[in-house]
Amino acid sequence: MTETGTAPSGIGAVGGGLHELEALASAVAAQARAGEALEVYVSRGVETDIRAYEGEVESLSSAASAGIGIRVLVDGRQGFAYAGSLDEEVVRDTLAEARDNVAFATPDPHVGLATPDGVPRPAIDVWDDAVLTTSTADKVALALELERRARQIDPRVRTVSSADYGDIAAEAAIATSNGIVSSSRRTVCSLAADAIAGEGADSQSGVGFSAGRGPGSLELERAAADAVERAVRMLGATKARSGRVTVVFDPRVSSSLLAIVSSALSGESVTKGRSMFAGRIGEEVAAGQVTVVDDPTDVRAFGAAASDAEGLACRRNVLIENGVLRGFVFDSTAARRFGTTSTASAVRGGYASGPIAGCRALLLSPGALSGEEILAAVGDGLYVQSISGVHSGVNPVSGDFSVGAEGLVIRGGALAEPVREVTIASTLQRMLQSLVHIGGDVEWLPGVAAGQTLAIEGMSLSGS
Amino acid sequence: MAKSEATGAPLVETPVVERVLAAALRQGAEFAEVFAEDRRGTSAGLDDGRVEELASGRDRGAGVRVVVGETTGYAHTSDLSERGLLAAAEAASAVARGSSETRVVALTPRSPERRRSVEVYPEDVAKARKIELLTRADEAARSAGSAVSQVSASYADSRRRILVANSDGVLVHDDQVRSRFAVSAVALGDTGMQTGFESAAYTVGFEMFDDIDVEEVADKAARRALVKLSARPAPSGEVPVVLAAGSGGILFHEACGHGLEADHIVKDASVYVGQVGKQVASPLVTLVDDGSVGDEWGTFVVDDEGNPAQRNVLIENGMLTDYMWDFLRARKEGRRSSGNGRRQSYRHLPMVRMTNTFLPNGDADADDIVAQTPHGVYVAKLGGGQVNTTTGDFVFGTVEAYLIENGRITEPLRDANLIGNGPEILRRVDAVANDFAMTPGTCGKDGQSVPVGCGQPTLRVTGVTIGGTAGD
Repeated sequence: MTETGTAPSGIGAVGGGLHELEALASAVAAQARAGEALEVYVSRGVETDIRAYEGEVESLSSAASAGIGIRVLVDGRQGFAYAGSLDEEVVRDTLAEARDNVAFATPDPHVGLATPDGVPRPAIDVWDDAVLTTSTADKVALALELERRARQIDPRVRTVSSADYGDIAAEAAIATSNGIVSSSRRTVCSLAADAIAGEGADSQSGVGFSAGRGPGSLELERAAADAVERAVRMLGATKARSGRVTVVFDPRVSSSLLAIVSSALSGESVTKGRSMFAGRIGEEVAAGQVTVVDDPTDVRAFGAAASDAEGLACRRNVLIENGVLRGFVFDSTAARRFGTTSTASAVRGGYASGPIAGCRALLLSPGALSGEEILAAVGDGLYVQSISGVHSGVNPVSGDFSVGAEGLVIRGGALAEPVREVTIASTLQRMLQSLVHIGGDVEWLPGVAAGQTLAIEGMSLSGS
Repeated sequence: MAKSEATGAPLVETPVVERVLAAALRQGAEFAEVFAEDRRGTSAGLDDGRVEELASGRDRGAGVRVVVGETTGYAHTSDLSERGLLAAAEAASAVARGSSETRVVALTPRSPERRRSVEVYPEDVAKARKIELLTRADEAARSAGSAVSQVSASYADSRRRILVANSDGVLVHDDQVRSRFAVSAVALGDTGMQTGFESAAYTVGFEMFDDIDVEEVADKAARRALVKLSARPAPSGEVPVVLAAGSGGILFHEACGHGLEADHIVKDASVYVGQVGKQVASPLVTLVDDGSVGDEWGTFVVDDEGNPAQRNVLIENGMLTDYMWDFLRARKEGRRSSGNGRRQSYRHLPMVRMTNTFLPNGDADADDIVAQTPHGVYVAKLGGGQVNTTTGDFVFGTVEAYLIENGRITEPLRDANLIGNGPEILRRVDAVANDFAMTPGTCGKDGQSVPVGCGQPTLRVTGVTIGGTAGD
């Protein structure tokens, strides 16, 4: 297969340097009129997605995209507009539209641009050129090999319903009318396999993946083996008996739990009375060994970044220390509302939305025990390898927690028979207080939080 | 402001589309398709008593798809010029390595059999009128009770014009206008905070607000939060469950809808493989997926592969009659698409998706169903769900639920997920009422979100495992 070109889009190609993006953003920001503040965010990216199935390429997508999002502020009123193009005419229309939207907002003295705070930008390199220089043929080969390996590992694997290779290279720049100019770039690359194992009428599925900054850091064997192990070990699963149990969470599940908790640590939720942590700084909100830090300057984190979505230098923020709530993450607007300064924690979901406070790189301070040692220490309980219904069953405002779970019984300190079609329930508040073991097996995963094995006592299991 | 036309200038001129398709076929592809899209939208949000922002956006571009054997190549561009489209065609056709050949594509523009009539295009409505809806909702939610501590409201409209053309000669356009209004409220009491949510969303223009009272939407959201301040923990274990009309449709969307999508079927990744013609549900269950029904949230004229939306009966009186199909999966089986090929945007490949999925009316009376349930849980509103199609295990979460004691709805319950196995739950439906209602939702699959409708009349499932914390 030949190298796949990508369609042109607006200005130059990704990988061409950030100066061009900064110059474009600055040129628009410079158009601010008297009494008007402007923030201009421009981004572009290229993506490749390849799916292998039964030894063939099922699909290969390549794409280039670019866009702009503009915030206009006048007397505490904010207007926003975006467009999926960086063409001159589109940029002009977008600025006009954002200006037209300003008049309709309610004035809010807290709304405004970030204030430059002099914190130097950390040197963060989360870019691997190999994402752009590796041939499509080589990327295709990775997806095909992933499927082949997953099929070979165990005779009970009936099919691998998808084996995917994906990568993205993205660049963004921010410029404001009060002098902020910043830019960043990143690459992410991943492999994911969905294996289906069967025995008789029973079918079970398991997903395995590996992610890194470039194709060279992907662990193909591990992704394949993980998918197969997770599917095969669920064969013969039944419901477990209802009762109160200690639950041990797989690192991947822990990462998603921590991500949910993070929304209650956002200054946005706190200042609007939507967080279970509001008004509790200085109080014990978790077990004594719980320390939670959001550190986007840690390059191991997928969310690592030199600057936040308002252009301030990213920094390490301690949120919970030895069980005591120490602080929240703030963008500049939530910070002013709270009466503090930004923690440089503005995030944004691309050019189509404005900045909002959020975590990027949460880590629960690792304990001394490995995953296996935690199972041994727990003795009897339920090991959960995946949860479902997080969106419908976890409420970070009330703290109510109820999710579907599948995994394995822990008996005598080791994994025993598989369990499915059960729910586990508690409240987030109680779960934080009942964290009995925090694993040392930290795994950095795509998303806002790292994962590690966690054990939580006294959860309600609902089954038969 | 000029009135918007139902159809504007074509997104791409027909001769250009023909040349792009020919270029996409040049490397020996069997099929090529151009999907062009122009989406404009406005959204406005109110939170904490303030209109925070009015936002407008525009996304325009095209994707070119090429199929060779079992392989699909796809590339997209935001550049709708001939040069941009040809570059995308070249990138997409890199999957084909056949000999260079020239095929002429002659497109026959086809008018959809139905055309949706939009009375008031959102772009013709003054922005101030959209904002005013938000402040009215805020006041209504706050006046529902003094314990209401926070309110957010959102308004959104979108107009999505699409063009689909392919090497089979198809050329169709659709113009999809959607409007949505949602309110979420927080109530604060001695036991902490509780949340409530309500939304209204239809495939219509601003005329939606002639029929939808935003105060009523706001009041429902606020009451949902307030009632839960005195809620007790939900029970755990298996209980009879009565699902109120409307949002209970999520149960069928998860319990069998996803499992009946042909992409899961052809890969043997669904518990419903090989079940056509077999009894898979209680005889009371008939399940329909219909992208052509009314102004519902999942309604359109043509799908994102150019096929007309249609009514598909999936389960009839408990017997599985068919799956849902897109172009690719139908082609593999040598049959026609069922009009279920959808995509989030021009940046995405289409796949099999539900539209409006619902269980039609039965003949029981909703009140009688509750009265004839000695003990159980009454779910007034479901929030969402998730399914593993391979095992059929699925969850769905309550956002408003009550205990049923001695045939009467009694105390409110805190939010919980329920878990079940699709084929088992379908067999346990033992009563279906005649008070059908639909509810809008967003369905996520493989990283793509599309608007869908769910619906059903009040019905009872004899046993579902509920994941609360009480009673253990």
